[in-house]
Amino acid sequence: MNTATLELKNVSKLYRVGKKAVHALNPITFDLLGDPARIITVAGESGSGKTTLASIMLGLLGPTTGQVLYEGKDVSKLSGAQYRDFRKNVQAVFQDPFAVFNPFYQVDHLLEVPIRKFNPGLSKAARRKAMEEALEAVGLQPSEILGRYPHQLSGGQRQRINVARAIVIKPKILVADEPVSMVDASLRANILEALVSLRENYKVNILYITHDLTTAYHVSDSIIVLYRGSVMEAGDITKVVESPQHPYTQLLINSIPWPDLERKWDNQRYANPDIQEISGAGCKFYSRCPNRQPGCQVTPQLVPLFPRHLASCLLHQPQANLDSNLTQNL
Amino acid sequence: MEHLLDITGLTVSYYTDIGRAIALNQVDLKLKQGEKLGLVGESGSGKSTMGLAMMRMIKPPGKVEGGSVVIGGVDMLQLSDKEMLKRRLSTISYIPQGAMNSLNPVLKIKRQMIDAYKAHYPNHKLDQILQLAHEAMISVELPGHVLEMHPHELSGGMKQRVCIAIGILLRPQIIIADEPTSALDVVTQRQVIETLNRVQQKIGSALILIGHDMGLMAQSMDKVAVMYAGEIVEINDVQTVFTSPKHPYTQALISSLPRLQNRGEFRGIPGMAPSLYRLPNGCRFHPRCNQQQPQCQTTSPPKSVFEDEKYVTCHLYEAS
Repeated sequence: MNTATLELKNVSKLYRVGKKAVHALNPITFDLLGDPARIITVAGESGSGKTTLASIMLGLLGPTTGQVLYEGKDVSKLSGAQYRDFRKNVQAVFQDPFAVFNPFYQVDHLLEVPIRKFNPGLSKAARRKAMEEALEAVGLQPSEILGRYPHQLSGGQRQRINVARAIVIKPKILVADEPVSMVDASLRANILEALVSLRENYKVNILYITHDLTTAYHVSDSIIVLYRGSVMEAGDITKVVESPQHPYTQLLINSIPWPDLERKWDNQRYANPDIQEISGAGCKFYSRCPNRQPGCQVTPQLVPLFPRHLASCLLHQPQANLDSNLTQNL
Repeated sequence: MEHLLDITGLTVSYYTDIGRAIALNQVDLKLKQGEKLGLVGESGSGKSTMGLAMMRMIKPPGKVEGGSVVIGGVDMLQLSDKEMLKRRLSTISYIPQGAMNSLNPVLKIKRQMIDAYKAHYPNHKLDQILQLAHEAMISVELPGHVLEMHPHELSGGMKQRVCIAIGILLRPQIIIADEPTSALDVVTQRQVIETLNRVQQKIGSALILIGHDMGLMAQSMDKVAVMYAGEIVEINDVQTVFTSPKHPYTQALISSLPRLQNRGEFRGIPGMAPSLYRLPNGCRFHPRCNQQQPQCQTTSPPKSVFEDEKYVTCHLYEAS
């Protein structure tokens, strides 16, 4: 079985503020295939369009151009029952583990509402069992969690409950928008481990959105690097992180503060990002790129360089015998 | 060499309806001129409280209950409020966590720097102050025209660098930077930390970087102090902390770090940090410790001091 569960066809997003327009996301086409389950990272700095992409995939935001198809049907035109099915199967985990809880309810409430909504026929005991299973799947002891109030739990526990909430109704796709950026470094490992076990044990496809390539490298199978709404590089995670080809990806990877005394920051100095939005044609990274050349004024295409490794940079010659389709390279 | 900063027995508690939370318990710390120390720990381990206590900026319900913070022979905690006001920014300065929220949105950057300067030297001439403000901007690599801008016109990284520029305006002996990059992405984070290191070197002050990102500590610090539940459990040079950490908590922290070599391995620290209202008896880390001994449950471990003011508080090192 290799049916695409979620397809993005030429999806782009334009935000208009008065007379100004900001291209938050330039046209992107790729599918999230149902099988085999994978974790795909979408990486980039603030303003790169990664959260816009997540909101479009979740159906929270309509694309300016293009279509999002869920099991072959346009998400914006789903009927009531179809939309419920989409909502059930495409779940989200957000950045802030503190903001999503209502402090007046026990955490059970957060877990129980989606079960009641999507599985109304379940008995109380069956609901409880589903909740316990979901909590165990993210590495929490149900007896320590159920019946507690949010303030009694740590940030790491709350974020894992958020993951449990998303999986309690057994979705096919999980969109995790910066799930660990507000959690202490020592607790991140637990949440990431929970994500990996979801892929292994429940076959959930995960879109992991982050600016932290260290954690991306540890959990994901493939990566899409965005800069100002355009894909700079994409492909197999180990290939992209271990031998980045695009100057922007190289900048991202060289900026990681590796917890390793042998691997210090290099001496390369990079230009600061412009405050103004760059409009018009040309490589988005032009103004900051250490290797820019006159030819970069033309927008570069995303082309294959190696098997499962694409980049959009003039420095590299495309390999004509390889597939340039983004989905095939993820 | 004389120590620039000498903190002994610093204790801070917060009094709330639930009871007394001991946020800092008998903390000792010494720092030489020009030294760079990273202060790491989980949320709630007391690292920000420590920075604020050094600045005498603990507000009720918090209370400094004991100890001393001696900088250049003067105990900050014994000064009058007025004298302390003079020391802030000129002797010891604090770069806050959220640069976004610490600048006044309705004043130009220039005005905010002049105000800070005038509070210390009301009689200095304006063009003289502007000259210094300009130099501070150059040292954080911001163009001079930023002085004429309002905070909303700047990006997060630029605002954080403005905060650094204000922090070094009076060339303090100690700079405390409290998670200066936690809201920034990796590229900007690197620029801010490198800026901080450059200005620190230029003015020769000591730097305390508060944070939980061990990667930043490895990249730029000389020494690392590890905090757990209101105590410093280990202070060591950065080399030792990363290659042969002493305290079991430091060991767990180091092995939980994601590196290039251990892809797909996850080693979190089991359990969670204790509540500051209900601390365990004996060693505060013993319920989560993998090298626990019988005395850990009953007796607080003593400080085992090594050379150069490094120490570890753990029963394992008691004999030496």
